[in-house]
Amino acid sequence: MENILNLFVKSIFVENMVFAFFFGMCSYIAVSKTVKTAMGLGLAVIFVMTVTVPVNYLLNEYVLERGALSWVSPSMAEVDLSFLSFIVFIAVIASIVQLVEMIVEKFAPGLYSSLGIFLPLIAVNCAIMGGSLFMQERAYAHIGEATAFAVGSGIGWWLAIIGMAAIREKLTYSNIPKPLKGVGITFIITGLMGIAFMIFLGIQL
Amino acid sequence: MSTKEKEPLFSAKNMNALLGPLGRNNPILVQVLGICSALAVTAKLKPAFVMALSVTVVTAFANLLISLMRRGIPSRIRIIVQLVVVAALVILVDQVLKAFVYDISKQLSVFVGLIITNCIIMGRLEAFAMGNRPWPSFLDGIGNGLGYGLILLVVAFFRELLGSGTLWGYPVVPQWCYDHGYANNGLMILPPMALITVGIIIWIHRSRNKDLQEK
Repeated sequence: MENILNLFVKSIFVENMVFAFFFGMCSYIAVSKTVKTAMGLGLAVIFVMTVTVPVNYLLNEYVLERGALSWVSPSMAEVDLSFLSFIVFIAVIASIVQLVEMIVEKFAPGLYSSLGIFLPLIAVNCAIMGGSLFMQERAYAHIGEATAFAVGSGIGWWLAIIGMAAIREKLTYSNIPKPLKGVGITFIITGLMGIAFMIFLGIQL
Repeated sequence: MSTKEKEPLFSAKNMNALLGPLGRNNPILVQVLGICSALAVTAKLKPAFVMALSVTVVTAFANLLISLMRRGIPSRIRIIVQLVVVAALVILVDQVLKAFVYDISKQLSVFVGLIITNCIIMGRLEAFAMGNRPWPSFLDGIGNGLGYGLILLVVAFFRELLGSGTLWGYPVVPQWCYDHGYANNGLMILPPMALITVGIIIWIHRSRNKDLQEK
C-alpha cells in the first residue's frame, strides 16, 4: 500500500510526464491556449491512461513477455513475443480510444460535445504510449502498481497543461518580443516550470 | 494517370517537398510537431543522430507505403491503419538498433517506441501521403525527417558542448580552461534546458522569417 502511494505521488510530481520526459508535447503546446479546452483534454488523458495502461499490463504479463505464455502449455515457456509489444500497445490504445469515443457519444452526449474533439487526438498522444512503454520497461510487480502509475501520470499531465493554459491566458496581456510570441514563449515557460518542478526531486513517502 | 505528362524525378515541386522542411517549413519550428522525442534525446550528439536517422527512415517508408495504399483505406479507420503501418516499421528499426548499436538503443530506451506516436509521421501521412503519389510522398518523408534531424543535431550540439564539454563523446574544451575555473553547466543536461534551447531557436528562426510571427 505504501509503495503504491509512493509511486502515485512520484509519478505526479517527480517524474512528471511533461516536465521530466516531454511526453505529449505536441498536444500540450497546441491545446493549452485556454483553461477550458485544456481541462477537457487533460481529463480525457487521465481517463484513457487509466484504462489503457492496466490493459497493456495484463497483455504484457500474460501474452508478450518471455515465458508469459507458459500458462497455455509448458512447452511454450521459452516463447518471447516482446518484439510485438509496440504494435500490440498501439492497437490497444487506438481501439480503446475509438471505443470510448463511441460509448461517450451514445451515453453522455453532453460530455461528448465538450470532450469529443480531443479523443481522436489522444490516440497519437505520446503520453499514453509512453505510459505503456514505461510500464513495460520498469516491470511493475502487480497490476495495482501499474494502475497507480497510470493514474498518477495522467494527473501529472493534467496538472501541467492546466498550469500552462492559465499562464498563457495571462500572457495575452504582456508585452513579448514579436518573434517570441506564441510557440517560442510557451517553450521557454515550460522549461521554467520544469525547473520549478525539480524541487520535488528525491521526495520519498 | 497515363494521360498526364510524366514528371521528371526531381522536378521543382518534388525538390520543394524534399528541401522545404529543412528551412522555411521546418516541422519542429514551424508546424511544432514531433517535439516529444526531439527534446528527450538531445543531451548528447550520438543518440540524437541515431534518433534522427531512425525517424527519417520511418517517415520516408511510412509515407511511401501509405501513399501506395491510399485508395484502399476506408477513411473511418485510417488512423488505425496508419498506426499499424508505422508500428511495423518502428519494430524493424528497433530490432536493427538492438542488433547493431545496443548501447545507444539502451540510452534511447522508450523513445524508439515513441517514434510511433511522433506527430511528424502522423502529420505527414495525413497531410501529404494520403493525397499524393508515392515518389513525391517518399521525398516529402525524407525531407521532413531531415528537417527534424537538423534541429535535433543543433540542440544536441549546444547541450553536449555546454553541458558536458564534449562533442560526439570526445572532449573539446581544453584542460587549461578547467584549470582556470571554467565549469561545465550541469543544467544544460537536465530536461528543462532542452525546452529553453528550442524556444531560443524558434525565436531566431521567426525573427528571420517575419511572416511566421504571431500577431
